[in-house]
Amino acid sequence: MTPSATAPPAAARRSRRRGLTQRLLDTPLADALAGPHNVDHYLELLRPGWAVKRIRGEIVDVRHQNEDSVTLTLRPTVTWPGFLAGQHVEITVEVDGVRHRRCYSPSGSADIRARTIELTVRTHPEGVVSQHLKRNAHVGMFVGLSMPIGDEFVLPRPRPGRIVLISGGSGITPVLAMLRTLTDEGYGGEVVFLHYARTAGDLLYADDLAAVEAAHPNVTVLRAYTRAGQDGDLAGHLTREHLRVALPADRDAAAFVCGPGALVEAVRQIWAEDELTTPLRYEHFAPPELPEIDPDQLGRITFAQSGQAVEATGRSLLEQAEQAGLSPTHGCRMGICQSCKCKLEHGRVRDTLTGDIYGAPGEEIRICVSAAVGDVTLDL
Amino acid sequence: MNPVTTPNETTETPAEATFVPALDPSTPLSPSAPDREASAAARRAARTDAGERRRIDPSRRVADAPLSAVPHLSQDDLDAFGREMERIRAKHVADLGERDATYIRKVIKAQRRLEIGGRIALELGFIPPFWLAGVAALSASKILDNMEIGHNVMHGQYDWMQDEELNGRTFEWDTACPADQWRHSHNYMHHTHTNIVGKDRDVGYGILRMSDDQPWEPYFLGNPVYASLLALLFEYGVALHDLEVEDARYGRWDWKARLPMMQAIWHKVRRQAGKDYLLFPALAGPFFPVVLAGNATANVVRNLWTFSIIFCGHFPDGVEEFTVEETAEETRGGWYVRQLLGSSNLTGGKLFHVMSGNLSFQIEHHLFPDIPAHRYAEISDEVREVCERYGLQYNGGPLPYQLFTVARKIVRLAWPTGAEADAFVASETGGRLAKTVVRTLRGATRAVRAAV
Ligand SMILES: Cc1cc2nc3c(=O)[nH]c(=O)nc-3n(C[C@H](O)[C@H](O)[C@H](O)COP(=O)(O)OP(=O)(O)OC[C@H]3O[C@@H](n4cnc5c(N)ncnc54)[C@H](O)[C@@H]3O)c2cc1C
Ligand code: FES
Repeated sequence: MTPSATAPPAAARRSRRRGLTQRLLDTPLADALAGPHNVDHYLELLRPGWAVKRIRGEIVDVRHQNEDSVTLTLRPTVTWPGFLAGQHVEITVEVDGVRHRRCYSPSGSADIRARTIELTVRTHPEGVVSQHLKRNAHVGMFVGLSMPIGDEFVLPRPRPGRIVLISGGSGITPVLAMLRTLTDEGYGGEVVFLHYARTAGDLLYADDLAAVEAAHPNVTVLRAYTRAGQDGDLAGHLTREHLRVALPADRDAAAFVCGPGALVEAVRQIWAEDELTTPLRYEHFAPPELPEIDPDQLGRITFAQSGQAVEATGRSLLEQAEQAGLSPTHGCRMGICQSCKCKLEHGRVRDTLTGDIYGAPGEEIRICVSAAVGDVTLDL
Repeated sequence: MNPVTTPNETTETPAEATFVPALDPSTPLSPSAPDREASAAARRAARTDAGERRRIDPSRRVADAPLSAVPHLSQDDLDAFGREMERIRAKHVADLGERDATYIRKVIKAQRRLEIGGRIALELGFIPPFWLAGVAALSASKILDNMEIGHNVMHGQYDWMQDEELNGRTFEWDTACPADQWRHSHNYMHHTHTNIVGKDRDVGYGILRMSDDQPWEPYFLGNPVYASLLALLFEYGVALHDLEVEDARYGRWDWKARLPMMQAIWHKVRRQAGKDYLLFPALAGPFFPVVLAGNATANVVRNLWTFSIIFCGHFPDGVEEFTVEETAEETRGGWYVRQLLGSSNLTGGKLFHVMSGNLSFQIEHHLFPDIPAHRYAEISDEVREVCERYGLQYNGGPLPYQLFTVARKIVRLAWPTGAEADAFVASETGGRLAKTVVRTLRGATRAVRAAV
């Protein structure tokens, strides 16, 4: 999580927005009175919309643009510093008692006057968080928020003379934020917004795009539908011809692409083949990969902090770390005291007591009763 | 949940070829190594005989029973008992979810309400009913914070929720003991070495004589006095626990090595005392002493309550102690049986269990320290049923009676039996002390004679 380049202006805005009470709550005295807990620990109960340390957002609007997406408007606590168009935020939601963290790109304007965060979440068939939000998001619900993240996929300053924004499916969110930010700040350059959807019915933000197009003569919206027989500006998946329609070829331009891996790849390939000089920035929303595991495979254990790696032997990760010369904190060595818990960065492990295979990136595991299954990286 | 199980991954794994057990099957378990029976074959057996239900005649005697407290159980029986416990555990781990999250959040909410209410009432404590209500609410808040929330969260019972506020490794509680030190002395030392005299430092907290197996010495004449002080100042007793100050009695306490720990304790104590005895009283202006007295009372109430619950967990009559020798070769099954025999439950209503952090189900807590404690009530039915079949004692009783037996033990062990007194005189320290006493007496007599 990078606090991002927004820090100085955001901080100024933040103190303006915070009343005296909230400023008093963010003092060492308040910390001492609340200790050993966090002031927010109590605020959550007294004033759910307030926070002085953590960032949370209250859902103030829920919109279902189509069958497989949900659009949320969040009102963040004053601790939210604002974001740059194109950045994303990690939100935390609880599903069946377990907190899950997922990245979403705000699609609203990053203009200083915008006090809300708009997110559009496309549902995945088995997606834990997207399905939960589609079904259960309601006004008044709170979600956890991270600081805004990302410093590559953002609009450069000073603004380039021409900008082309290419997106597919839910990848529309960060580039729509860019479009809305540009129009809000009265950007005078030319903007081309090329978006791919399966059908006109699948097109997210259809009305908003039409409104922007009508109000801003410098904005061209190109709607491309990938399914045959649709009445769009362009048809089929991205081709060189599509790009030629959209692309400004001079150096004082910038191009952004966000969408499915295939779209991003196609764009990058054409860029490379045609040796285009327009700076291209891209992003894609790949969910974290779960490694395919073969239970018989032992693999390699990497200790990330110490930069060591050993071949797995099937013994406990604690023993293997010790054999590699590390001395991880531990106690009972039998799975009860939790002293040895350590973050699993990658891979899956076997519980040596039950034989169960488990583990997800970021999960804390007891290394005294876990053995590697396939390649494993530990935060040790 | 955690661990996530995919059925076909666990049952159809041809693990034999590649899965090397944590240790060679013949290596003993506790406390430095995992499992003698953790071989792939044993694990598979454990899984396939899910229906295994042994019934054992408690009056029979087996030739080389590993635990003297249960002469009717063989090593194989202990391991079978362990497998039955593992099955109960697996069932509850697989079921963790919404229900547990809702429960702990509800308790946390109640604790916050009580704390906020209590603090406000105490600021108005110059009106006597407010003072009383404030003390009651703040005591209850601290008890909940320390027991049902702090103690249980720090066991990692809610780690699967992935909520950083409920993470067992980072949680900090409203008491003098720094959470990090407690995690070591309690989660590791006490839960691994439960009731092994000489290893489990919770046996007497290093300052009391709680077992016949601790050799008597004159210091222990003060047993009832130390116990009363410990009860009143329990939070500080717990805070100093990990320093092993009792070693100072034998002149082998290395204060330099323990300096960082002392600093951490000092830091935490200062913050706790600063909040309760300076800042909150100061907010009341002229009524400073009123708030101070209220906060101090709440802390003492909490101390007495936690002391009572905790001492009734392992020291009432009927609870077994173990020797280092009989547990040296212990397997996981043996460990389970020791947890059972070394603990004792308290009976009571629902509110009582919540206020004791469900440590009233001390047995279930020791068997399954990382399962959310609010489940212990239902787990206890399952455990009791297994105990009945194995002819194993399941200790428990109401708090007042259990407390009485603990007090009786504290007083009884203060005074040596004839044999214990003889043993002390015969010992090196005892001998030296006896000589000193005799010499002093002789010297005094001589001086008196000379004077006369
Ligand atoms: C920088 C960034 C920005 C993003 N912005 C947005 C945005 O604006 N809008 C948006 O909708 N999304 C966005 N995403 C994607 C988002 O973070 C989530 O990945 C997405 O919503 C899916 O989350 P989920 O919990 O619903 O699905 P998950 O539960 O994470 O599952 C994801 C997919 O994997 C499959 N899957 C899950 N478990 C398994 C398994 N064991 N084996 C095989 N397949 C499995 C599921 O079927 C599903 O299709 C962004 C991602 C990134 C990295
Ligand atoms: S060392 Fe105790 S749980 Fe791993």
